[in-house]
Amino acid sequence: MTTTTAPAGLGYRHPWIRIVGLLGAPLAWLVVVYLGSLAALFVTAFWTVDDFTGQLVHTFTLANFREFFTNPAYLGTIARTLSIAICVTILCLILAMPVALFMARVASDRWRPLLVALVLTPLWASYLVKVYAWRAMLQPEHGVIAWLLQPLHWSGPGYGYVGIVITLTYLWLPYMILPVYAGLSRLPQSLLDASADLGAGNARTLRTVVVPLVWPSIVAGSVFTFSLSLGDYITAQIVGGKVTMLGNVVQTTYVNNLPFAAAVATVPVIIVLLYLAAVRRAGALDQL
Amino acid sequence: MTMTRGTKALFTVLALVVGAFIYVPLAIILINSFSIDRVLSWPPSGLTLEWWSKAFQNEGVRSAFATSVQVGLIATVIALVLGTLLALALGRYRFFGREAISLLVVLPIALPGIVTGIALNNVFTTFLGGLTLATLVTGHATFCIVVVFNNALARVRRLGVSVQEASSDLGAGAWTTFRLVTFPLMRSALVAGAILAFGLSFDEIIVTTFTAGPGVTTLPIWIYQNLFRPNQAPVVNVVAATLVVISVIPIYIAQRYSNTDERGAGLL
Repeated sequence: MTTTTAPAGLGYRHPWIRIVGLLGAPLAWLVVVYLGSLAALFVTAFWTVDDFTGQLVHTFTLANFREFFTNPAYLGTIARTLSIAICVTILCLILAMPVALFMARVASDRWRPLLVALVLTPLWASYLVKVYAWRAMLQPEHGVIAWLLQPLHWSGPGYGYVGIVITLTYLWLPYMILPVYAGLSRLPQSLLDASADLGAGNARTLRTVVVPLVWPSIVAGSVFTFSLSLGDYITAQIVGGKVTMLGNVVQTTYVNNLPFAAAVATVPVIIVLLYLAAVRRAGALDQL
Repeated sequence: MTMTRGTKALFTVLALVVGAFIYVPLAIILINSFSIDRVLSWPPSGLTLEWWSKAFQNEGVRSAFATSVQVGLIATVIALVLGTLLALALGRYRFFGREAISLLVVLPIALPGIVTGIALNNVFTTFLGGLTLATLVTGHATFCIVVVFNNALARVRRLGVSVQEASSDLGAGAWTTFRLVTFPLMRSALVAGAILAFGLSFDEIIVTTFTAGPGVTTLPIWIYQNLFRPNQAPVVNVVAATLVVISVIPIYIAQRYSNTDERGAGLL
């Protein structure tokens, strides 16, 4: 053959030429645009703003972090944001489990793709529209929930902490259902039969066989529900009433005090990274 | 666990309850779009089609829709090119820093949107002198790369390298092999990835808020700006209902085009 000197030959003798050729453009984009911006933001967190001129003062200081971590109001915001993220994760798990079990173990093969599609569709309905839907649901006087509870003479949760938890649970529920469903589908039926043969009831099988085996999938789902809740601020703006989360602090301070906003923004990132490090041990990251 | 009739019935009922939780709010959006009320209130005191025609004639809505489509298309094309290149590199070769790169691709959607948002906002306003449509597209393309990458990578892994090697043995150059062998085999995965990338961009609000130039209004930004204006509720309701209805399209196409075992990963 005379074509062995074609560029293909060169690429196969020196694979690194191909690797560089393939990686060049995407890496340039991700490193320059994205990592560069993140690094700049991180550096900015250690600067301050001059009160009189509004200009950035490029001197290293921990003042922003000190101000944030010594102010009780901000510490309350961290605690509130964390508790919201934890509540959302637990609620998502409680709601996802029966749906995933139904999809994986009760529904027939013919219906399964349709059910997966039904879980996925709301995921691709606009985020903002879904939060707006809950604004209509939670509206204190004329909302759907208030209307449903009226005959019982109860009032709905209205806008606030509970409203945020419900709305975020609604938003991220599919992210929990899908991995748990995938985990349950991989579970061999023989193990469940064995558990039943050995005399375990359904509740016991669920607790001692099913949950431990799908635990990595549950943790994988929780990565989404937890970290997405932690960084959210739009939901709090729309259905939160006066309740604020970490993201709202960043959003309200970044115009006038970017260094402070940058310092606050590192908090959810660090919490998410700690969480990821913790769940790594559960082997959950292979499920993502 | 033995699935007796009772257990099955129990899980069916529970699944239906959660299903109602998922779909009732979407149904409310649809019903509210026909409500004659000018503010959000339930139940509607009457039904009308008036707001649908008003919304479609609304200049702000139409131009916001056009902007969203434009941004989505450009961001998708950029993400398609960059995501495919990355998938080919990471799917076929083992090299130093491979793990770090796969983490870097996921980072823009793994980190909170507000962090990506203010990071890009800071750099764009400092070094580029301000925000434009181009900065918005740049922001969107950055987080869209990952969905194309996920779909393309799953396909590249499944294909293996033997077909490409056969093509090279038969004398085809790198470009010819890509054009005649690799690309046709990857096409359906790329279509799925592109649809998901477009959907992600079309829907995005947080990074958009921080990277869109003054006067650049996408549909989510338009909704957000009009959400708290009481007299705009009817038109917002119609726009919201439209978005709920059209969200079915990408799911339908993605389901048709992507392979079952790749689907879950691609959509997440």
